[in-house]
Amino acid sequence: MKHFVSGLAIAAALAAPALAQDGETKVIGVSIPAATHGWAGGMNYFAQATVDRLEETYPQLDFVLATASDPAKQVNDIEDMVATRNIDALVVLPFESEPLTGPVQNVKASGAWITVVDRGLSQEGIEDLYVAGDNPGFGRVSGEYMASALPEGGKIVVLRGIPTTIDNERVEGFQAAIEGKNIEILGMEHGDWNRDKAFTVMQDFLSKYPQIDAVWASDDDMAVGVLGAIEAAGRKDIKFVLGGAGMKEMVKRTMDGDAMIPANVTYPPAMIATAIEITAVGLVSQAPVSGDFIIGSVLVTPENAETYYYPDSPF
Amino acid sequence: MSDATAPAPRRIRMTVIGPILALVLLVIAGALMNPNFLGWDNVTNVLARSAFIGIIAVGMTFVITAGGLDLSVGSMAAFIAGLMILVMNSLVPSMGAGIPVILIGMAVALLAGLAAGLLNGILITRLGIEAFIVTLGSMGIYRSLVTWLADGGTLSLDFTLRSLYQPVYYGGVFGITWPIIVFAVVVVIGEVVMRSTAFGRHCAAIGSNEQVAKYSSVRVDRVRLMTYAALGLLVGIATIMYVPRLGSASSATGMLWELEAIAAVIIGGTVLKGGFGRVWGTVIGVLILTLIGNLLNLTDFVSPYLNGAIQGAIIVLAVVLQREGKAR
Repeated sequence: MKHFVSGLAIAAALAAPALAQDGETKVIGVSIPAATHGWAGGMNYFAQATVDRLEETYPQLDFVLATASDPAKQVNDIEDMVATRNIDALVVLPFESEPLTGPVQNVKASGAWITVVDRGLSQEGIEDLYVAGDNPGFGRVSGEYMASALPEGGKIVVLRGIPTTIDNERVEGFQAAIEGKNIEILGMEHGDWNRDKAFTVMQDFLSKYPQIDAVWASDDDMAVGVLGAIEAAGRKDIKFVLGGAGMKEMVKRTMDGDAMIPANVTYPPAMIATAIEITAVGLVSQAPVSGDFIIGSVLVTPENAETYYYPDSPF
Repeated sequence: MSDATAPAPRRIRMTVIGPILALVLLVIAGALMNPNFLGWDNVTNVLARSAFIGIIAVGMTFVITAGGLDLSVGSMAAFIAGLMILVMNSLVPSMGAGIPVILIGMAVALLAGLAAGLLNGILITRLGIEAFIVTLGSMGIYRSLVTWLADGGTLSLDFTLRSLYQPVYYGGVFGITWPIIVFAVVVVIGEVVMRSTAFGRHCAAIGSNEQVAKYSSVRVDRVRLMTYAALGLLVGIATIMYVPRLGSASSATGMLWELEAIAAVIIGGTVLKGGFGRVWGTVIGVLILTLIGNLLNLTDFVSPYLNGAIQGAIIVLAVVLQREGKAR
């Protein structure tokens, strides 16, 4: 009984702010995948930080932030947001495109503003605003750097992410950029954006190929595993490892002039912040904000690394 | 098994030979496909990377033999790794980065593993909740805890400590690295305990018929509890070997280790329903699982998209090879 009463008290406390404010209060729902890997961890951090900042700045805005560990949970989250909080806008980074398309369409039908982040829905025209990173561009910038860092050409190995459209677009962009540059890709394997998996794959690459000039790890978590394997094998033939996404530890090493990590290519998890900020501006002001907002992938070098170093972020 | 001249002895042998045969076939295939496969470096790589799952799978063999199951080991390893890193990092300012800090870290891992195993065991034996449910719950709890400890990101070991601690994974004696040595020691102890001690026989007795075991004055709950506690302790040992490798823990650490360990145990000939366990079989199972991944990386034979399918097929095949003899 005691639990029941305290439960009621909590429910009342939660409901109170919504009741106390006037009808002008608008609610923005933010639904994102849980922090299951480094990049998602950074994204969670920036989402929370942005929500805190905006709640301070705009008293007329209320936020509901939900993190989901699988697509089904995310669908439930979104349905709950509509049913219990009657959201005016939804910022969603879909776990997977297909299963989320229907539910988001329903939210759209209820009249709410829809912002889709990073992963597009499988049907066009649902979202009012689309904020995303540039995956082909990520591959292209990486490939161009690889070509410029190996002017004589060379032999490289490639670690790929989890088999997805994102990964395919990146690899295609990369391959297009190194075409005709005399760079031979010895092998490509999936490291699933995971340190341990990348460590294992790289160990096997090292056993398989006696001469490797460089590694495109394509992600900083994988770069950590790759570096561990190279270090353990004591191989000196590898000149450098190119990661990606801009993990703070890796950007720091580039900043400090580490020869093994001469560069990085951004794919900022803070894009969720961009999406929430723009959505909020759209709700509180007259500024038109619909359309596509593509965040370019930038090459990080020792010269500009300081700009991309966020010591407070977990990623 | 239609061979009329092959009576009972051959059937029994098939269950023994099945996993060994699969392993030998894999090794031959590997040697044919890539000359580096049997190279010293590759062999030590494969053995060292088998060690984590292998050490855990030895413990899992006892749990399964006694009719139990533990789904929480992968998350437990991630949680212990996270806890260990946090404790060691927090001690650096007061104690300096030295061997004592690493020893404390190891003690924390062993204690945390033992405590986690005991907790699972107590919930299962004292409260009588299904092992599947208890460990499914603790799997989720530990996975969340490590994500929370890491604030959604990655916990990294202090840099100086890391270089001091690294030899535990990369170093060794006579070119054999520590994970391989520890794995071997755990296997030998496990095999002896399973075959020649009362504890091993009690596990099998409980797994094959709990009631009969009880009437034969086997202290069922206590033996069960001990299998979970031992498994927890072994998870702690595996984590001690794991942390120095990359010096980090995140929510992706130890993903699916529980299923790999269970698969290794079953491939090795231990019965999933309990009642019969074989520690050396588990070792073969672990090696088969690791070798498949290694082989697929060393050859361009199949599309990497199909890795999972190949692994699945070989697991089923290895078990079919054993059943051949038993079923008929």
